[in-house]
Amino acid sequence: MKKVNGFDTILSSLVFLGMSFALYMAFIYAPTERTMGEVQRIFYFHVSSAWLAFLAFFLVFIFSILYLITHQRKFDMLAVANAEVGVVFCTIVLVTGPLWAKPVWGIYWTWDARLTSSLILWLIYISYLMMRAYIADENKRGNLAAIVGIIGFLDVPIVYMSIRWWRTQHPSPVIMGGEDSGLAPDMRTAFFVCLIAFTLLFLYLTRKRYQLEKLESDVDQLYKLAQR
Amino acid sequence: MKKIAAIFWKDIITEFRTKESVSSMLVFGLLVIVIFNFAFEDSRAQATKIAPGVLWVAFTFAGILGLNRSFAVEKDQNCIQGLMLAPVDRGAIYAGKMLANCVFMFLVECIILPFFILFFNLNLINQLPLLFLVNILGTVGFVAVGTIFAAVSANSRMQEVMLPILLFPVAVPMLLAAVESTILIFQGGSFTSISNWVKLLAGFDIVFTVVSFMIFDFVLEE
Repeated sequence: MKKVNGFDTILSSLVFLGMSFALYMAFIYAPTERTMGEVQRIFYFHVSSAWLAFLAFFLVFIFSILYLITHQRKFDMLAVANAEVGVVFCTIVLVTGPLWAKPVWGIYWTWDARLTSSLILWLIYISYLMMRAYIADENKRGNLAAIVGIIGFLDVPIVYMSIRWWRTQHPSPVIMGGEDSGLAPDMRTAFFVCLIAFTLLFLYLTRKRYQLEKLESDVDQLYKLAQR
Repeated sequence: MKKIAAIFWKDIITEFRTKESVSSMLVFGLLVIVIFNFAFEDSRAQATKIAPGVLWVAFTFAGILGLNRSFAVEKDQNCIQGLMLAPVDRGAIYAGKMLANCVFMFLVECIILPFFILFFNLNLINQLPLLFLVNILGTVGFVAVGTIFAAVSANSRMQEVMLPILLFPVAVPMLLAAVESTILIFQGGSFTSISNWVKLLAGFDIVFTVVSFMIFDFVLEE
């Protein structure tokens, strides 16, 4: 096995360049927001992370279905890699959100639709990861985790709808929102740069996590062989 | 259909002979109501606002106990092997078990409810049909996800602990809809005032019953 994979090197350098550029765009290039001030700059990372967390959970759903159909180990590994990285991004969302909310809303947390849904989402995938940790048998784990991955994701729109009827306070989406919503052009550029940088980071982390899962599985196989 | 009925009937008879799960659910549910009564002592005047939450916490906590038993019993003497060897579709096992769990949970709810009305000094005679509708829809949704997750958690190392951790986040919309509509019912609302929540509950029930029925096969796969 080669020690360093060529693709990994390229991807990691791209992540490094992208993140540096994203920092520049978010902190220097983008104009300061009129009413919220500097604190608004957290938006670029907050929203990017939210999109990617959602993408990751969607991929867990897709890979779970693929695993149940094909029973190929790689789909299970991809599902767990995405779940873990998704939880990381969701955690970023849940941490940066309150940091922004305190100066702007005056409170860290409120039981609003998007906030509550993100928290529930986070809990669903934490429980998904916990459950995986408690099942030793690989085949069983794949099946059972896929079931939780599918049911958990199907629940997301229902959670969102129910909490939306319950209450809502979060600012409405500024990207692809309604007619009145929108970002200043400079802010929009900065946002998309951040989104691309975060997507690269997401790909890199998921790839690493996948490789790690594969190594673990290989070691496990070798260990079982050695015991025989 | 006959196969589903057979599995359903097996669970009902087992329960009728031992009375283990329903009695423990019942006692636990009552305890929850009594304890919450102490916790909210000062605000009892606002009973119509707090009581629905207490009621559903009692129902769902009691429900968790029953759901945990439903597959733990099968694992005990390796009965699950017998079930799997039976020449039936695995979906039928799910449907039978789910129906039995619904009956147990609903039975417990029907016994807890009078005590609850008594303890909180509520007057709900006219609202009972609506309350039953919400109870049935809520229970079906909770049990639909609960039965498949009970089967999942029965296969993990921390079975009793895993079920609530898996089930509660997913059951949030059902809980929210049930509690919100119960609040409206307690305040004297009519069917039109809760129709949105009822639709949500019905949607939740349908989605998760159908999906669980379809993928239950994989839980039992060796």
